Amino acid sequence: MATQTAGPAGARDPAAVSETSLGPSAHLTAADRVELLRAMLLMRAIEARALTLYRQGRVPGSFYDGFGQEAVSVGAAFAMSPQDRLCILHRDLGAHLVRGVAPPRILAQYMGRASGVTGGRDGNVHFGDPALGCVPMVSMLPDMMCVAAGMAMAFKLRGEPRVALTFFGDGSTSRGDFHEAMNWAGVQRLPVVFVLENNQYAYSTPLSKQFAVDPVERARMYGFPGVTVDGNDVEAVFETVRAARSRALAGEGPTLVEAVTMRMHGHAAHDDMRYVPPELLAEWAERDPIERQERRAASLGVDVEALRAEVEAEVDAAAAEALAGQMPDPANAAHGVFAVGAPQPLGDGRAPWSGFAAEPATAVRDPLSAGAGTDGGEQRPAEATV
Amino acid sequence: MPTMTYLEAISDALRQELRADERVLVMGEDVGAFGGAFKVTDGFVEEFGEGRVMDTPLAEAAIVGTAVGAAVVGMRPVCEMQFADFVACGFDQLVNVAGKTHYRSGLAVPIVVRLPSGGGFSGGPFHSQNPEAWFMHAPGIKVLAPSTPEDAKGLLTAAIRDPNPVVFLEHKHLYRRIKGEVPVGTYETPMTARLAREGEDLTVIAYGAMVHAALEATTPEQVDGASVEVLDLRSLVPLDTEAILATVAKTSKIVIVDEANETCAAGAQVAALIAEHAFEQLDGPIRRVATPDVPIPFSPPLEQAVLPSVERIRDACRDLLAY
Repeated sequence: MATQTAGPAGARDPAAVSETSLGPSAHLTAADRVELLRAMLLMRAIEARALTLYRQGRVPGSFYDGFGQEAVSVGAAFAMSPQDRLCILHRDLGAHLVRGVAPPRILAQYMGRASGVTGGRDGNVHFGDPALGCVPMVSMLPDMMCVAAGMAMAFKLRGEPRVALTFFGDGSTSRGDFHEAMNWAGVQRLPVVFVLENNQYAYSTPLSKQFAVDPVERARMYGFPGVTVDGNDVEAVFETVRAARSRALAGEGPTLVEAVTMRMHGHAAHDDMRYVPPELLAEWAERDPIERQERRAASLGVDVEALRAEVEAEVDAAAAEALAGQMPDPANAAHGVFAVGAPQPLGDGRAPWSGFAAEPATAVRDPLSAGAGTDGGEQRPAEATV
Repeated sequence: MPTMTYLEAISDALRQELRADERVLVMGEDVGAFGGAFKVTDGFVEEFGEGRVMDTPLAEAAIVGTAVGAAVVGMRPVCEMQFADFVACGFDQLVNVAGKTHYRSGLAVPIVVRLPSGGGFSGGPFHSQNPEAWFMHAPGIKVLAPSTPEDAKGLLTAAIRDPNPVVFLEHKHLYRRIKGEVPVGTYETPMTARLAREGEDLTVIAYGAMVHAALEATTPEQVDGASVEVLDLRSLVPLDTEAILATVAKTSKIVIVDEANETCAAGAQVAALIAEHAFEQLDGPIRRVATPDVPIPFSPPLEQAVLPSVERIRDACRDLLAY
């Protein structure tokens, strides 16, 4: 797959991108394709509900969403196995849904409830459920590129067929951690997939003020491929990340996947986006990732309206459950700063893609863990160097 | 018990843990083929291989960040910053990623970041700093600063086995200058203070290289026969409040020494602690000896003018004893 060349300034042209996209994947069953749609619908419905809750004053702080970008996180996460590890960002709720985070915990998270994923210790999508193989993001972007590279480094050292993946945005590519992680991953040929979610704006800053050379072109300079994909085509994103993962497992090193998309809402709920030309939004609205996948599902004979209603009902129930949850106990605010005792290892995530059902379950086991999860376990004497 | 330098004791701790636990991994700039800028990891790559003794790119943020990643999937990385000063380039990964992950998610980040720190030999503004207070102010990070070979080995062993991010300050001026008996095998030194010398009339509270300066400055000949206690903090986070308050109760006169810049230094926290909890037991003002708030200059007379000297510590003790 060739690296696409883009002009140095201005928004990426979605029409040009779609010409290089892979399109529907041969690796997806009909059930997979519906599952992708379902996850995107769920992400949008949860975020719409959370925005309502925010406007009702039930969500403290601000509220960030990924409206219009659902295909990126859902498609990428769908390509990851249970034992793969992810660092998911704040516009990537769909990846958490694919990995198995239950919607009531997400809505409770937004509202700072005890039953939220972080129990009120962090807000928004600033979380990762360790039990599902996810490491929580921090707001300094793209710090998690280094963390993902480190996970991949451990997998490679231990000879485990596993991959790490992280997301980050176009603005992130200006920071030093982007360079350090890209260079490190290239030097060590690490099994890591970097998903650059190019949504045209970093807060109010357009691409033309962010970089002179498109980041996907830089990948080659670090010694590995950069691939551009239509970020509004969930199947194309899946297929591209699936291929990048296979490449990583084959020992061929990292891939930078640039998913070109559009942030259809403001940076956060307070942002009226006056800096975005309306015609740009109109153009991207025509390319809505959910509508595209709905057309595919309909062609498979799926009752899309029924699926939407099912998802809405799930979110209704999730909201009711989240609203019934307690706020956290202030007496615990200072607890848990330090870990005590043996670390609780990361667990394995849900991996609904049918392709994993065919893989032997024993294929990926951490040789260092004696009966515990994939990562960690009790200390064992070193019988051989890894 | 064998005698080792401070540096040899640190090497010994690393070697023993690498042998005992295959999750342990040493990473940093020039730690492999060259054996480290100070030769702490000399010979390691031959014994443990390039995978576990990893020469990294010159990238402090990525050294700390990839260590975090390796740690959360079951490794026990020990990172070396070539000089403590360079940790500024990895500060964000340490403070925001490593330090806050457990509180936010319950996910432990067992990494050690070794910081060759301190001045006294014309390292200049960027090879002489004592950045411990940066990390004391950042929740979720333990901060250790041993002064003896025995404690250096035992505390580094404890740090590697600890489930939290640990910043380990090893004073460069102690590396080859300080020798002492070190137990064979592996052992953990508790993250508590240690009485370096018992005394009755006054206490000097210090850590790292300043423990040695304090001991030298407070021999009976130096302080008109007074009996001076020296408390070696060893650990700054956690800080041994009990030991600090106990020595205040015992001697009632306190001199606190930091090689770090004075404002908000570890000693400032110790002084605040004493003022708040032991005011009634003081028999004189708390005295502080520290480096003024200037970058560490290069030229010997300039550097010696700012670093706490044996004479400054001695004079502070004499003044307070006469109070």
